[in-house]
Amino acid sequence: MEKGMNLKLKVWRQKSTADKGGIVDYNVNNVSPDMSFLEMIDVLNEDLVKKGDDPVAFDHDCREGICGMCSMFINGEAHGPNRGVTTCQLHMRSFKDGDTVYVEPWRSEGFPVIKDLMVNRGAFDRIQQAGGFVSVNTSGRTMDANAIPIPKEDADKAFDAATCIGCGACVATCPNGSAMLFVGAKVSQFALLPQGQVERKDRVLNMVKQMDEEGFGNCSNIGACEVQCPKNISLEVIARMNREYLTANVKPEN
Amino acid sequence: MAKGLFGSSLMKKFWMSITGLFLISFLLVHCALNALIFANDGGMLFNQGAHFMGTNIIIRTMEIVLFGGLIAHVVDGLMLFFQNRSARPVKYAYEKPSASSKWYSRSMALLGTLILLFLILHLYHFWLRTRITGLTVQPTHVFFEGHKLEDLYGEMKFVFSHLWVVIVYVLGCFSLFWHLLHGFRSAFQSLGLNYTKYKNGIAFCGDLFSVVIPTVFAAMPVSMYMGWVH
Ligand code: SF4
Ligand code: FES
Repeated sequence: MEKGMNLKLKVWRQKSTADKGGIVDYNVNNVSPDMSFLEMIDVLNEDLVKKGDDPVAFDHDCREGICGMCSMFINGEAHGPNRGVTTCQLHMRSFKDGDTVYVEPWRSEGFPVIKDLMVNRGAFDRIQQAGGFVSVNTSGRTMDANAIPIPKEDADKAFDAATCIGCGACVATCPNGSAMLFVGAKVSQFALLPQGQVERKDRVLNMVKQMDEEGFGNCSNIGACEVQCPKNISLEVIARMNREYLTANVKPEN
Repeated sequence: MAKGLFGSSLMKKFWMSITGLFLISFLLVHCALNALIFANDGGMLFNQGAHFMGTNIIIRTMEIVLFGGLIAHVVDGLMLFFQNRSARPVKYAYEKPSASSKWYSRSMALLGTLILLFLILHLYHFWLRTRITGLTVQPTHVFFEGHKLEDLYGEMKFVFSHLWVVIVYVLGCFSLFWHLLHGFRSAFQSLGLNYTKYKNGIAFCGDLFSVVIPTVFAAMPVSMYMGWVH
């Protein structure tokens, strides 16, 4: 069997939210280029467990780029050096033998570290609960969604926005720690569809209010989020949220 | 209204772009008027323009609005800067921001501060002397068709005869260039006007404006120092 790569890892270890935490060095040997980054961390953890050490805590679930759990800031970039992928979709062939790799949790006032690389993304849930929904009558006489005419272009844009997996990479990568790409995506996916019209104004006002309360920063249109977003959500969703918000503010009633 | 006209993050962005666009419109007027020095008529046309601007009641009123707009832009910018800093209390050990954004987009506060420092010197050189203390060069007045005009052109020549001043002004123009390069299109994005359809047009106008205006401004001290205008 071909011999794998040896890597020097610098991993953030933090026992609890209250703990100060720090970078700890590890060596991982014989890493196959076909492994995903998470599998490489699995190898490290097996080693640690064998030695009787505490394994590195990290979030993951689907391991196929759809759940948005695998938050890792790798070598200075959210989800590592590749574009349009999550950490679980990042393969070790993107690294070279002997590389030093920094692995840190998302850094944001709105995402407190739970342990090691795990952060609490409850802030996103609370933003979503503030307005990221439609009230549909489920009494049995609900109109079939397919029967509602929607321009193809709007449907496409709404779908593009809806591909946001709430991973938080936009916040993690934003120099301002802003969550506006996420909130813009969630506002957009409903604002573009007829089903979203009823709560349209309240939605944007309430979601932005919640976003501010969670301690996220203010967008200054730097655009790093759009580059690092695994789902390639475009800055256009932020422009849409801005105009949704401004019109809702200027014209709060019908 | 959610948090009124000022409190929320999006309203802060809104005011940042409104004041920014207002300052951009001022730059255009200021630049066009000052470019009259290139008429090479010993500053006659320029002095008349400056006289009009200095005596017209609407322009003088706008001058007050302009100071207000500038202060609002600075205060709002500082608020955003400090809030954004506290949005990430623990910094990354290793960051690679150049992988996903431009340095000038990340440095708007720094560039703005440099512009502000330049502006203080600039206001001292010209605004203070024309509006308050009086010009330093003799004679301070020129005559045109029986009207007594302040010789602002002569003052410019005097100020720009110092090499260090010319260098500081050119550096100020560079700061302005980068600030505009991000700020122009950013203003449209914050207002929600960056529609897909207009995106490229806005970006093009922004880049053009950011290059042309600071270049024309920088050409003024340089060509006066070099004696290219007379
Ligand atoms: S906008 Fe992109 S980066 Fe942000 S949470 Fe959604 S998928 Fe993740
Ligand atoms: S583990 Fe689900 S997106 Fe990576």
